[in-house]
Amino acid sequence: MTETPYAVEMEEIVVRFPGVLANDRVNLTLKRGEIHALLGENGAGKSTLMNVLAGLYKQAAGVIKIHGRPVSFNSPKDAIAHGVGMIHQHFMLVPTQTVTENILLGLDEPRFIMNLPHYDQKVRELQAQFGLQVDPTAKIWQLSVGEQQRVEILKVLYRGADILIMDEPTAVLAPKEIDELINTMRSMVAQGKSIIFISHKLHEVTAVADRVTVLRKGLCTAEGISAKGLTQADLARLMVGRDVVFSVAKEEQAPGSVVLSMKNVSAQNNKGVPALRNLSLELHSGEILGIAGVAGNGQSELAQVITGLRPCEGSILVNGEEVANQPPSKAIAQGVAHVPEDRTKVGSAPNMSITENTIMKDYSSEPIGNGWSINFTKARTRAQKLKKMYDILAPSVDTMARKLSGGNLQKVILAREISTNPRLMVAVQPTRGLDVGAIEAIQTLLLEQRASGTAVLLISEELEELLSLSDRIAVIFDGQIMGTVDAKNANIDQIGQMMIGSKLETL
Amino acid sequence: MKSARKLFYTLLPLVAVVGALIVGAIILWLQEINIFEAYSSLVVGAFGNKNGLADTLVKAIPLLFVALGIVIAYRGGVINIGAEGQLIMGALVTTYFGVAFGEAASPWLVLPLLILIGTAVGFFWGAIPGLLKARLNVNEILTTIMLNQVAIQIAYFLLRGPMLDPEQAAAGTNVPQSARLPKVADLPRIQTLMQTLGFDKTAADLGLTGWRAELGGLFIDNTRLHTGLLIALLMAVVVYIFMWRTTIGYRIRAVGQNPSAARYAGINVQLYTVLALALSGAMAGMAGAIEVVGLHHRMFEPTAVSAGYGFSGIVAALFGKLHPAGAIPASILFGGLLVGGDKMQRAVQVPNVMITALLGLVVLFVVSSDLWARRQTEKLEKEEVSERQTAVSAPATTTQ
Repeated sequence: MTETPYAVEMEEIVVRFPGVLANDRVNLTLKRGEIHALLGENGAGKSTLMNVLAGLYKQAAGVIKIHGRPVSFNSPKDAIAHGVGMIHQHFMLVPTQTVTENILLGLDEPRFIMNLPHYDQKVRELQAQFGLQVDPTAKIWQLSVGEQQRVEILKVLYRGADILIMDEPTAVLAPKEIDELINTMRSMVAQGKSIIFISHKLHEVTAVADRVTVLRKGLCTAEGISAKGLTQADLARLMVGRDVVFSVAKEEQAPGSVVLSMKNVSAQNNKGVPALRNLSLELHSGEILGIAGVAGNGQSELAQVITGLRPCEGSILVNGEEVANQPPSKAIAQGVAHVPEDRTKVGSAPNMSITENTIMKDYSSEPIGNGWSINFTKARTRAQKLKKMYDILAPSVDTMARKLSGGNLQKVILAREISTNPRLMVAVQPTRGLDVGAIEAIQTLLLEQRASGTAVLLISEELEELLSLSDRIAVIFDGQIMGTVDAKNANIDQIGQMMIGSKLETL
Repeated sequence: MKSARKLFYTLLPLVAVVGALIVGAIILWLQEINIFEAYSSLVVGAFGNKNGLADTLVKAIPLLFVALGIVIAYRGGVINIGAEGQLIMGALVTTYFGVAFGEAASPWLVLPLLILIGTAVGFFWGAIPGLLKARLNVNEILTTIMLNQVAIQIAYFLLRGPMLDPEQAAAGTNVPQSARLPKVADLPRIQTLMQTLGFDKTAADLGLTGWRAELGGLFIDNTRLHTGLLIALLMAVVVYIFMWRTTIGYRIRAVGQNPSAARYAGINVQLYTVLALALSGAMAGMAGAIEVVGLHHRMFEPTAVSAGYGFSGIVAALFGKLHPAGAIPASILFGGLLVGGDKMQRAVQVPNVMITALLGLVVLFVVSSDLWARRQTEKLEKEEVSERQTAVSAPATTTQ
């Protein structure tokens, strides 16, 4: 065997999709026993490149070598046979089956009789080796997101992978779980595994990675440079191609009168399980209240009860008017704007034009409509104005919403919501999945709303975003507010503790 | 190249019809029937002379009404398979009021009132599955189909009992048929309308010959073509303005496009679901009323009055790309196929089911080609978007 130090060498990889060059002569090398970060904005071609390595796509040109030998993968099975395993961002697990059953899924062995205790033991051995604690006999639905991820990792390890690809592994985790994951990754490379991890969170890259490859619009802007001494600003410049302002400037301002007042609000989620438990909070005009928490602790339901989309118990006053258990039109009439979590399923109608999407909230009032007919000439003119004002990239205002990128669609939604001159804006995950440039634009818009006296309820899973935008941060856990802290002198450890269930008073 | 492809997709329904006719030709050929004779009798029978054209347009009228209703329902995100029943109910109640009160009402009001009654009945008949869907989440496809049967049975009950034609009752023939509506409730024929407007010449009087005589004669000679055509065309315009220029139409379309987004925007999704189905039914009910006052002047065998328009109208709507402007030519084409099929049956002695099979082929080809084209155009759009994105990004990379 040749004495190459590289586990993976990808040379001059070209991947074409109809009309677009997803990867343009990209090089990536992975040394044995290293953690290699693959960085880039959305659509830069990171996932494409890794899907090629995992055998899901076939490159149009270029060579892949595994441990020095050229290989050609036609399916993920070929890739795993060469020891390449991918841990996807969206878990591919069967919720009603146990951990061991999921790990064995699709394997040739066991052939017929499932001697589960035997395999449970094998899974335990693997766990002990890499420090991935999770009960092999537990059913997947009983596990937390972090534990489910460990199952995914175990699945790949069980198949004998020594090259692991992790697609945005930290995106779904709480801060403490992220630390555990990082420890696991270190322990894996210490035992000879090699890891490529995809991310667009710069601080994780500088914290964990040995080397970094950066992609921008399908091209390599950095090929395996050492991560030592790199700053986040360096990485951002490589990703975006210009300097990025990290903390958007926030003016000091005193909050005004109470706009939103929630008292003892309880609600159930879609499964009928309590999602909000006696939750109370207050929000003033000209103030941004950040809601921090791990996904699924009642954030979505919180936004829905305020906007009238979900029934609840308790009282929700907006400008002194009760909006709880009222139709959404009541909240809209009270000046509640809503940037929903799901841009395509809730925030917009994909097969309607930009114009038709911008009038969703005010089509029946002057100047767009008179309650009976809609003046589409005026609607188009305003849409054109908004398109220019919010820098929405689209061929015209007649373009269907479904053809817009995530960032541009979010700008359409924000443009619509802001143009209603709201008194309260409920923004749920407004920057999720967007690239650095769009995030900056959206955050600036939220701060402008604050400056103009709007009360902003910002629900986000990005702690950094909350810290830089909010005046106060309330932490939600299991449908309850664990505590509210001032964002200026917030203690991240304290917030992290509250995110996993400790009350502020007890800390 | 791209625009040529787009044009191809736009004209695809016509290609699909030709494809269906080719497959139909093979079936005819297997039965040793002269294909040329069969198809020429179809085309000439439907479009070749003024009487054929008049018959084609007479059938296009109910098709267009139903198709307009289907456009509303589809755009509102619901599927209405119940136009047959809605049409029958509209025709039935129109007949009842026409026979009972037609003589008594003011001659100026009787026609508008009767059409309005038929429309209202269709509206309520369509609102039933709408309410069931909105309130209890019952699948509207099932309820609309089932209500077709209910309508047919109600019609038989009334036509054999309370509404039975006194003449039939006296003769004891027991044909399920109502009395004739009074003359005052007859929708005028196009020729009558022209004469009322002061134009009382025929094509022969004008010395027209050849195709000019046939086309001109369609409107000024004595044909079966009635003014329901004008009402149907007017309704196409009304439906367009309603759906695309009013707040109610916008709400219906928003609900159809994305109910969650509509709800988020403060629209009462349940109300507008009911409204979409009710208005769809109203169009079918209007078709029934027009068939009675314009053509039959009485009610008889319900399935013979509805004549499958409630189903063919769905195909016409799909063929017309679910837009009123497309529904007009589509309805004329399908009216022509119905009339031409009849003529072909007589000319080459094919069994009746052969015509049904041919129409079925057209439906199959049109619907499946439409699905195929939709997927293709989406692919095309995606390519365009990604190309544009690369084009947009190009200057951005050079700024560094």
